[in-house]
Amino acid sequence: MKIAVPINLVPDLVEELTIDDSGTALDMSWLRLTINEFDDHAIEEAILLKEENDAEITVFASDQEGVDDMLFTAIAKGADQAIKIMGDFEEGVNSHTLARVFRDIIKELNPDLVLTGVQAHNDQDGSIGPLLAGYLEMPYVGYVSGVDLQGGKAIVKKEYPGGLIAEMEVTLPAVLGIQAAEEPPRYVAISKVRQAMKTSTIEERDISELDISGGPVIDRMFKPEVGERAIMIEGDEEEVAARLIELFEELGVL
Amino acid sequence: MAYTTVPKSSTFSETFYSSLFDVTDGERIRTCLQCATCSGACPYGYLMDYPPGKMIGLLRANRFEQVLETDTVWMCVSCYACTEFCPKKIPLTPGLLTRAKEELLLAGSIPNELQDALENSQRYGNPLGESPRKRADWAEDIEPEIVIMRKTKRPVDVLWFVGDYPSYHPRVQNSARAMAKIFQALNVDFGILGPEENSDGDSQRLAGESGLFEVLAEKNGKVFEKYQFNEIITTDPHAYNAFKNEYPKLGIEYPVRHYTEFLADHLDELKTLLQENGSTRITYHDPCYLGRANNVYDQPRAVIETLPGVEFVEMSHTRSNSLCCGGGGGGMWLDGFQWEKAHARLSEWRVREAVKVGADILAVACPYEAPRFEDATKTVKGAEDLIVKDITELLVDAFVTN
Repeated sequence: MKIAVPINLVPDLVEELTIDDSGTALDMSWLRLTINEFDDHAIEEAILLKEENDAEITVFASDQEGVDDMLFTAIAKGADQAIKIMGDFEEGVNSHTLARVFRDIIKELNPDLVLTGVQAHNDQDGSIGPLLAGYLEMPYVGYVSGVDLQGGKAIVKKEYPGGLIAEMEVTLPAVLGIQAAEEPPRYVAISKVRQAMKTSTIEERDISELDISGGPVIDRMFKPEVGERAIMIEGDEEEVAARLIELFEELGVL
Repeated sequence: MAYTTVPKSSTFSETFYSSLFDVTDGERIRTCLQCATCSGACPYGYLMDYPPGKMIGLLRANRFEQVLETDTVWMCVSCYACTEFCPKKIPLTPGLLTRAKEELLLAGSIPNELQDALENSQRYGNPLGESPRKRADWAEDIEPEIVIMRKTKRPVDVLWFVGDYPSYHPRVQNSARAMAKIFQALNVDFGILGPEENSDGDSQRLAGESGLFEVLAEKNGKVFEKYQFNEIITTDPHAYNAFKNEYPKLGIEYPVRHYTEFLADHLDELKTLLQENGSTRITYHDPCYLGRANNVYDQPRAVIETLPGVEFVEMSHTRSNSLCCGGGGGGMWLDGFQWEKAHARLSEWRVREAVKVGADILAVACPYEAPRFEDATKTVKGAEDLIVKDITELLVDAFVTN
């Protein structure tokens, strides 16, 4: 069983986001990147599956700030192979572009299962999972919170709004969008990460040219604008109630 | 008696036991009498599956794995009470308890709350998960402007290591501001590291994450090397403990004092700055890492007694017998976990004692304590009027210029 886990790095919201001079994108010079939270769950789910099914896990990500630490951490947790995709990713890329980059790596790896975070907070043109499944012509199930492997199939738990969960059977190979791993992502001692840095290597893959088509065209990026503020009604209970009735009548709801 | 010539591989208990000898005076564990004083002295010993005494018993029985199958080692707040009262002076806190947490952490068996604090410390250099760029924001409106070493690039007499909670925690920032005012009033030539300062890492170390401690120590060590200063003064007893006792093992060695030691050397100057604001009854809580871990008991009391109109009273648990606020050894990041196990807070015990001696003010000298004890005054009956203040805040309240 081979499991591929593509990782997306996203802006760390601990730092304030600022918009660059063009007014259409985030100012990347001040940003720190961090692993997409859902991708962290995808790694955890892959490791849980490995512990039960003897799988081989490959994690990979584009070459951006902090990617080495993130990949070595995944190795320390139990991933077998780490790949860094070299290219012009500094300014960030859209989901379509990233999915095509991941597609090429996945075709080469030929895995039975692709686990990816169901979404990322910088998905402007859709999440990676379904795009990847489309490019790879594999089935896709999103919002997955449990995976059970049975031969050439996976029984997955898919979450629906309102607390509903469906159990589905998917034929492998398939792409799954992980909402939550069955256990919270584990902690790995720093000594183990340091050990991984000494004993394992991150493979590098070059990509010739980035096809950046498919992303959204952004006219303007801006912080939420303050709308009309709430009206505070002053007075005692009688006055406030009377004024409220007036307002409801004016608005035509009474 | 027959001796086998075939070398047998060590059991986990044996390897673990011999690793305890690496700690200073660690070999004393051989002399354990199994008197269980440690287990009785431990504030949470009553609910540990295996309190320290039993842990040693299991080590000797070659069955230490049993300890690691439980999670109550995480109740240890590294308060040094077991170590203090051990008749054989076995270094239980830095040795046995910390090593046991290290093993649990290596196995990935750690409570989630603690995981967040450790990941934050690794990523942002502080357990609170705040932006490292904002580490000196608390000082922005202080006049005259505080020297930030990276900006000013000149030697200073005192490098003030502000610490995590005084830098970021809204309640504790107040004591950082008070410390700054005191330094300025005493005309101390001081600077801070601001965004270049990282967590001292001592509580993370005592929570079993020695690798993270080393990473943080190396980062701070590199920054210390960049600048010229005569000594480090810390707000936080944990930072003081780290710089005094742990960083030197990594080759990072500088003269260091806790701020209460520094102020105790300036009592005459302090007296000229202070005026009486009516009489107050003040008691003092000895922080574990100032008191038991480093024997600093008299200096904080001497500083408090310079306050005009103060009537100083001791609580029943005091000095080496002091209670713990519950924040040490990772306790600061295990409130939920420890509440679930104990349904009691160590901070509430302390506040009850302060009320019992009729104190108006509970004075503290560690950044963990003001928020912990203040929270406790809200839940302990009769503690509603008890004021919790850092010694720095008490001094600034009494400044003549106020």
